[in-house]
Amino acid sequence: MSKGLSSHNPESVSIVLCGQAGQGIQTVEHLLTRIFKLAGYNVFATKEYMSRIRGGMNSTSIRIGSGPVRAAVSTIDILVPLNNGALRHVERNISSRTVILADKEIIGEDIAQTKHKFVDVPFTGTAAEIGDKIYSNVVAVGTIAGIFGVELTMAGKYVEKFFSAKSADIVQKNLAALKKGFEFGAGLARSSKINFNIVGGTGVEDQVLLNGGEAVALGAVAGGCNFIASYPMSPSTSVLAFLAKNARTFGIIAEQAEDEIAAINMGLGAWYAGARAMATTSGGGFALMTEGVSLAGIMESPMVVHLAQRPGPATGLPTRTEQADLELALYAGHGEFPRIIFAPGKIEDAFSLTQRAFNLADKYQVPVFILTDQYFMDSYYNTIAPDLSKAKIEKYVTLTKKDYRRYEFTKSGVSPRGVPGFGTGLIAADSDEHDTEGHITEDLDLRIKMVDKRLKKGELLKKDNIPPELTGPKNYKNLIVCWGSTQNIAEEAVRKLGRDDVALLHFKQVYPLPDETADYLQKAEKTIIVENNATSQFAKLIKLHTGIDFDEKILKYNGLSFFVEELAEKLKDLLN
Amino acid sequence: MDTKVFDMNDIDIAWCPGCGNFPILKMLKRALAELQIKPADLVLVSGIGQAAKIPHYIRTNVFNGLHGRALPAATAIKAANPALTVIAESGDGDMYGEGGNHFIHTIRRNPNITNIVHNNMVYGLTKGQASPTSQKGFVTPVQVSGVFLEPFNPLAVAIALDASFVARAFAGDIERTTDILKKAIEHKGYALVDIFQPCVTFNRTNTIQWFKENTYNLEDHDPSDRQKAFEKATETEKLPLGIFYQSPQKPSFEENVGIYEEKQIPLYERDLDKKELKNLIETYKMRL
Repeated sequence: MSKGLSSHNPESVSIVLCGQAGQGIQTVEHLLTRIFKLAGYNVFATKEYMSRIRGGMNSTSIRIGSGPVRAAVSTIDILVPLNNGALRHVERNISSRTVILADKEIIGEDIAQTKHKFVDVPFTGTAAEIGDKIYSNVVAVGTIAGIFGVELTMAGKYVEKFFSAKSADIVQKNLAALKKGFEFGAGLARSSKINFNIVGGTGVEDQVLLNGGEAVALGAVAGGCNFIASYPMSPSTSVLAFLAKNARTFGIIAEQAEDEIAAINMGLGAWYAGARAMATTSGGGFALMTEGVSLAGIMESPMVVHLAQRPGPATGLPTRTEQADLELALYAGHGEFPRIIFAPGKIEDAFSLTQRAFNLADKYQVPVFILTDQYFMDSYYNTIAPDLSKAKIEKYVTLTKKDYRRYEFTKSGVSPRGVPGFGTGLIAADSDEHDTEGHITEDLDLRIKMVDKRLKKGELLKKDNIPPELTGPKNYKNLIVCWGSTQNIAEEAVRKLGRDDVALLHFKQVYPLPDETADYLQKAEKTIIVENNATSQFAKLIKLHTGIDFDEKILKYNGLSFFVEELAEKLKDLLN
Repeated sequence: MDTKVFDMNDIDIAWCPGCGNFPILKMLKRALAELQIKPADLVLVSGIGQAAKIPHYIRTNVFNGLHGRALPAATAIKAANPALTVIAESGDGDMYGEGGNHFIHTIRRNPNITNIVHNNMVYGLTKGQASPTSQKGFVTPVQVSGVFLEPFNPLAVAIALDASFVARAFAGDIERTTDILKKAIEHKGYALVDIFQPCVTFNRTNTIQWFKENTYNLEDHDPSDRQKAFEKATETEKLPLGIFYQSPQKPSFEENVGIYEEKQIPLYERDLDKKELKNLIETYKMRL
């Protein structure tokens, strides 16, 4: 164990940067995470921010570890407050173990008012000496890199790469800032004022550093997505921006629609003409899409919608996180028709589930929803690179003949789907109840047959259900259940408990509810549901389908994700 | 080409006898046949309402979507396969009321589609309420003291947005309207054809006779003159008919999306470039 101000957690260190929007926290986060990864550390980062462009108080948490780090923690090992107010913003998570690296010149006022110990690092003065206050961010990057003894040359190379679009002078000044900061950091480490035992190693080099949004977007590309129309809405927009940025490379039409209604109707038009389309949105936008979801239902059109949840109702907390739109997705759209809902918990699953969503949407001609949330979208860590050999694009478009009927009755309920211009058949898709040809009908006997046909697909698609994932002992006594973005947090929290009678069951497919669900629950003496919402929506869904109630519920709905320590504490209390 | 190729067998048409939709259906078939557009190469996109049932009465590809939402679907269909001729056709309530936002933004987007609007100044299928184009004073079961909202002026709006083709026609004038329809379909870019038609059941004010008396054909009008076109579009004394405006040539939405320059093939014929995806994923390894 090291001396001085040091981490009590030998496995990982948590670094928090806090300041105003527009102060460059993102740049510090970007540089640090990349530099740490290059140095062979495992990294994780997540952020919380206010709904404004400048000012306010935002923070980024970076974790680095010798082994994988994948979940948000509340503990702060190193805090870098960048302005007055920053300290107070994160105060509740500051403890005796927190090392505060602060520029007295900037936040002297706050420091004077608190009893926290801090190390004065002249970020701003140093930057001013180099030429501009603007370089203080890179001084901070250098300082932290220096503390951990990252190789300076390598860090410099990355900084150079990052600023390569800027002038040679700016690049040089940033390098000077990095070096100065590095000297501070190295000095602090040498003097044993700060000491951490994290070791870099091999293994992360070949891994990718992806956030939830990037994983969803890459999964879409891998699923053959070639059309996206969406309306910007936090926290879902990065998927649209990603696909727009890569549109020409992959032949994708990426359009910003005038509203979410247009977005989903464009998506359905695109699928009708043979594209593989998606929309990305958040709760309010998805609410506008619901009539379109229903249209997908009756038209038997494939559709993929990525729903990045944030707290509602209505505008709610626009930049925060929640898992409260499961029921919205579950019941979206009037009338009765099948659907599939995925909720990835791991970055690699966001990729593979989105990829799969396109295949299943096409195979069963149903809407498929991918539920993420702000926490998931904005968090990233190094993980195994997506395996493209497994990412097969399955296309189900049929060459039509003259006598083609879009809604022909088949044994499975799925009618071969033709598209206009491919073959000699005519394709009629209708929002009215229709005959097998796709034309409007009020034949009430036919109506029953069409409803049954559509619902039959709902049974059929269960063949492709993804079972829940159990971690921990198979002969558990206590079973923790979660879904979506809480997976990594719950996994680490359960691991922290160190008990051999507790297992975690995570659902990445929440609907249709996998058949194994009841068996898993019945085996447990005690069941606990963990959800980032106020009404335990998933527990209600499980009850509806299995009749089983949970013994305990751990719910959080203040707009933040769970933290590992907090969840571990709550679980500990409930399990004793 | 014979218009018979577009005839459906054995259909029960849901329109009232004497409805203005009948001549529009006939003219559309004629325009398509004269332009040699084959049923398989055409997609008729519509929303909801009596006019929106028209795709069910023509033998072709059909996308009969939601109320007010024909234009986004039509835009996407054209973008996914530019070789198709795409016509979005519905009534005034559908296109200008429920779908008003899409009407505005589709014009801005300029897909190469034709937008035909059956304009009878009333809601038929919901039984006689005011439509966005109902004239002031029009009494209905809902607007019991008469409409007091300013009528929506689709042509003026379209010209203000620099729509690439703006025309108004009359269902009672087979020759001229067929000609306008042909020009609109042939036009490259978004083309609006607003067609006046009587609703024999719910609009006893704007009858076929009323349209005859209150409209006139544009003569010696230069459709490249936007100011003049706007002036004509805002006339209310007597309502002009004809091609009001054609903007200078501009790229269509499909051309602007940037994926058809190298390859003209539709989206369904395309495959993912896995090598490129692999390269992209590689960049997330964040190597130096």
